[in-house]
Amino acid sequence: MTDRRSFLRLAIGGAASLVLAGCDRISESSWGPKVLNKAQGLNRRVQALLAPSSAMAKEYTEADLSPVFRSNGTAMPTTPAYQALLANGFRDYRLQVGGLVDRPMSFSIDDLKQIEQVAQITRHDCVEGWSAIGKWHGVRLSHVLDKVGVQAKARYVVFHCYDEMDPGEPYYESVDIPEARHPQTLLAWGLNDKPLPIKNGAPLRLRVSRQLGYKQAKYIARIELVDSFAHIAGGNGGYWEDYGYEWYAGI
Amino acid sequence: MNSPSLVDTTPDTAMTAPSRGRLVYRHRWPIRLMHWINVIALSILFMSGLQIFNAHPSLSLGNRSDPGKEILALDARMGADGKLVGVTRIGRHEFVTTGVLGVSAGPDGQPQVRGFPSWLTIPGPRWLAMGRQWHFFFAWVFVLNGLCYLGYSLATRHFQRDLVPTKQDWRGIGRSIVDHIKFKHPHGEEALRYNILQRLAYLVVILVFGIGIVLMGLAMSPRMDAVLSPLVEAVGGRQSARTIHFIIAWGFVAFVLIHVFEVIITGAFNQLRGMITGWYRIDETPTPGEAGEATENRHD
Repeated sequence: MTDRRSFLRLAIGGAASLVLAGCDRISESSWGPKVLNKAQGLNRRVQALLAPSSAMAKEYTEADLSPVFRSNGTAMPTTPAYQALLANGFRDYRLQVGGLVDRPMSFSIDDLKQIEQVAQITRHDCVEGWSAIGKWHGVRLSHVLDKVGVQAKARYVVFHCYDEMDPGEPYYESVDIPEARHPQTLLAWGLNDKPLPIKNGAPLRLRVSRQLGYKQAKYIARIELVDSFAHIAGGNGGYWEDYGYEWYAGI
Repeated sequence: MNSPSLVDTTPDTAMTAPSRGRLVYRHRWPIRLMHWINVIALSILFMSGLQIFNAHPSLSLGNRSDPGKEILALDARMGADGKLVGVTRIGRHEFVTTGVLGVSAGPDGQPQVRGFPSWLTIPGPRWLAMGRQWHFFFAWVFVLNGLCYLGYSLATRHFQRDLVPTKQDWRGIGRSIVDHIKFKHPHGEEALRYNILQRLAYLVVILVFGIGIVLMGLAMSPRMDAVLSPLVEAVGGRQSARTIHFIIAWGFVAFVLIHVFEVIITGAFNQLRGMITGWYRIDETPTPGEAGEATENRHD
């Protein structure tokens, strides 16, 4: 019995450490992440089925606001272009919109405010696990897209940002056209009845309320409509996506 | 209503070694297969889940994670001697847990700030993106396997017959509790039947833990919350859902510990053989004709 017991103990201990080492080997292999990644496509399709693209994120009340809306990632972009804009209180800021559009245009924050001014109180869910609730003021991205005229072959909206996570590696993000046209998808210039704080992405950031925090690009410099993002940076559609995070950040 | 005999006695064992009892075909292959798939899926889900938890190693209630309002936090601070101290806070109580929680050895062996230690996480090093990949892949394995299990065991009436307690089971609950406390287990034919505590444990694990952990996982998905927000609000908010998800995960661990303990004290080898090959030995010599009279004994 003791033989059997010590054998079992050895077997279980050995198997556990083998499995763990095996999992780490698979994580670092070229094929492992590709297999595991199959779940991403399944998540996207099934979630689109269960929660249609028209489904709305819950909107909260002023009583639900986070006392402090925390900042993650860059809190102060150091690029000269951004510092120059900041020095002038963003008065020279122009959002560039181009790519597969009929009329490439640029917008000041006041231009955007003239299109419309909407507010929403939604929850921000970070991929790390925390949540915060903020009141966002901005313009629906769909209205900006209507101004420039999106060409039929455009499939994605790419957001190029002023902040560099590492020198020479600017932050960027992308969403597909249905997500970009969702009524809760905003280009936001304000948070909690004030201009957007620098740590939260001033002068303009993206809000896609049904996806995780890393999708909510801050410090947007330029919007580009593309039919594929394979040629941009690492080719995965976003800064964190190039480091192995899912492009579809609905879960 | 007699179902055909499902108890097979292997001829060789029954004839050559009657004193050692007889082998009974207890678990059908789909149940065995789904059991072991579940073992793999749950282990990987648990450990990759702890990797994900480590990215924000604290728990809150409600919809927000306001700093200072956590109900549980695995944290680190610098000790007076300049060494990292791992701290676990539960509400307002603080425990030093250096080496296991808050601070534990990193890949280079040096103390590192991390919620759960690397030997409990998949992957071992801090790697949230990869932890998520493992978690979501095996979440699908767990869900599809669980649906197959429910469909199969409802269709074969395994669920209704072997898991749902009978009136007699309920009447025997007092005795069953006493028996469990005394580690007294039934022998012979009686060992083939799930007792009331076993039935309740399996039902709670399958219906409450299994379904609950999947729903709480989905309640953390911002896209799903567009349609699930009544559920999210019903449990108190997204952070509450995250906390419940975490608690159920440890509920599974508690179940597995008790389950494995019971397997060991009732004969680890015999039980493992039962769940691997299907054949389970009962310590009783068969009387002639008994095998033919026995009714449903298979637990699958």
